Amino acid sequence: MSDLTAAFSTAVSLILSLDSDLVEIILLSLRVSGSAVVLAALVGLPLGAAIGVLRFRGRRALVVLLNASMGLPPVVVGLLVYLMLSRSGPLGWLGLLFTPGAMVIAQTLLVTPIVAALTRQAIEDLSEEYDEPLRSLGASFPQRVATLLYEGRLSLATTLLAGFGRAIAEVGAVIIVGGNIAHVTRVMTTAIALETSRGDLPLALGLGLVLVGIAIVVNGCAQWMQEVARRAAA
Amino acid sequence: MIRAPGLGLLLAAIALAPLQALSQGRPYVVLAAGTTTRDSGLLAQLLPLFEARSGLAVRVIGVGTGRAIELARRGDVDALLVHDPAAEDALLREGVASLRRTVMVNDFLLIGPQEDPAGARHASDAPAALNRVAQAQGLFLSRGDDSGTHKRELALWKATGTAPEGSWYRETGSGMGATLNTASQLDAYTLVDRATWLFFRNRGQLAILYEGDARMRNLYSVLLVSRAAHPHVRPRAQEFADWLVSKEAQAAIRAYTIDGQVLFHPAANPPSEESP
Repeated sequence: MSDLTAAFSTAVSLILSLDSDLVEIILLSLRVSGSAVVLAALVGLPLGAAIGVLRFRGRRALVVLLNASMGLPPVVVGLLVYLMLSRSGPLGWLGLLFTPGAMVIAQTLLVTPIVAALTRQAIEDLSEEYDEPLRSLGASFPQRVATLLYEGRLSLATTLLAGFGRAIAEVGAVIIVGGNIAHVTRVMTTAIALETSRGDLPLALGLGLVLVGIAIVVNGCAQWMQEVARRAAA
Repeated sequence: MIRAPGLGLLLAAIALAPLQALSQGRPYVVLAAGTTTRDSGLLAQLLPLFEARSGLAVRVIGVGTGRAIELARRGDVDALLVHDPAAEDALLREGVASLRRTVMVNDFLLIGPQEDPAGARHASDAPAALNRVAQAQGLFLSRGDDSGTHKRELALWKATGTAPEGSWYRETGSGMGATLNTASQLDAYTLVDRATWLFFRNRGQLAILYEGDARMRNLYSVLLVSRAAHPHVRPRAQEFADWLVSKEAQAAIRAYTIDGQVLFHPAANPPSEESP
């Protein structure tokens, strides 16, 4: 119990003191995970929507595969990206290992299946309602996909938040490809792992509470934006 | 919807910004260091001195010595600060490492529950202390991760003449800190280096039970990854290796204490006269 109290007071004093190291770590976490979600959205939204609209052989198997890949273990993704980006790997010449870029790549691979799979479901539901009218209006395939994505934008925003939650909370991938280098690739989760390994459990848990706080702020902002959008649409 | 491609490009540019920004800024070298040198706070003490002097940043990847050596073999780091002399010999033999310099020394400790049910604190030497733990089937945590500490633990068991087996001997497969966290919860015995022990905050009922055997000496060396094996390694890592054995660095290592105890003793022989 005293550990928990200590963690809570550590979290509060961390936030109040606005420690510059902590701010740097928070900003890097947001930048890396935010970038990963944007990239995942660019790939996952159209991909998920296309699978949601199209009917083709092997589609069910593809959907099962896509849904299953939402559960990719971060540490496995991290290991794969490490082997690709290692100097002895096929993309070693890029020199990306142990940089924020490598962390963005790993998290993008983690988040894209989540965005694609949840988008597929949302668009499939919508297309049952809208696809026939759109076809009868003579809309082309890209136009239909774009319209459905637009109509589903509110639930797709939640999809992106789910992806962001996955990215900001994972440690397995970023610690392998980023290396948890101070001031370069240290993010919230790897900092928590480090303090745990040093046995400073109150500080580790305090950082964890800060991370939870960030997640609440991000989701609160998204909620607010959704409501503004909904009011504008009404 | 016409805006969408433009917006997409803008978002992509924002997303890729960290990919581009990565190699800007100060020159740097990448060092794989045993978790003990990082978790003990030593590197946080030393690196600002070197960076102020050289203008060269040292990016530290804190991993077990086994993993550090693997990173060197693959050419993913420029230098190592590790503590497994046998594995270091192999790296030099294979030509993966081009240079090794002894930097510092400390020692391993057998720690365990304060009450010491196995009586390890009354042993005559380190293998005897481990033997007592084995005889009493006291819960013993092994790192089990090919780290320098794990290798030394196995060597000490070998010296006892008996292989540690049974439900009392458990591998955590984790770093030193995680293993200590587990030991303090389970009141288990384990081997730890003095620096990590002194820095560790979550000791619970654990105490030092055996120390001082010559076989528990823990020697740290800096190694440079060979440019012949991996042409892309950053040559300025040599400056860091030179500095670690300089008088300035050796004095700073000696000066780093916790609770009045020295964590690492300088061991460069002899310390080089001038600093780079």
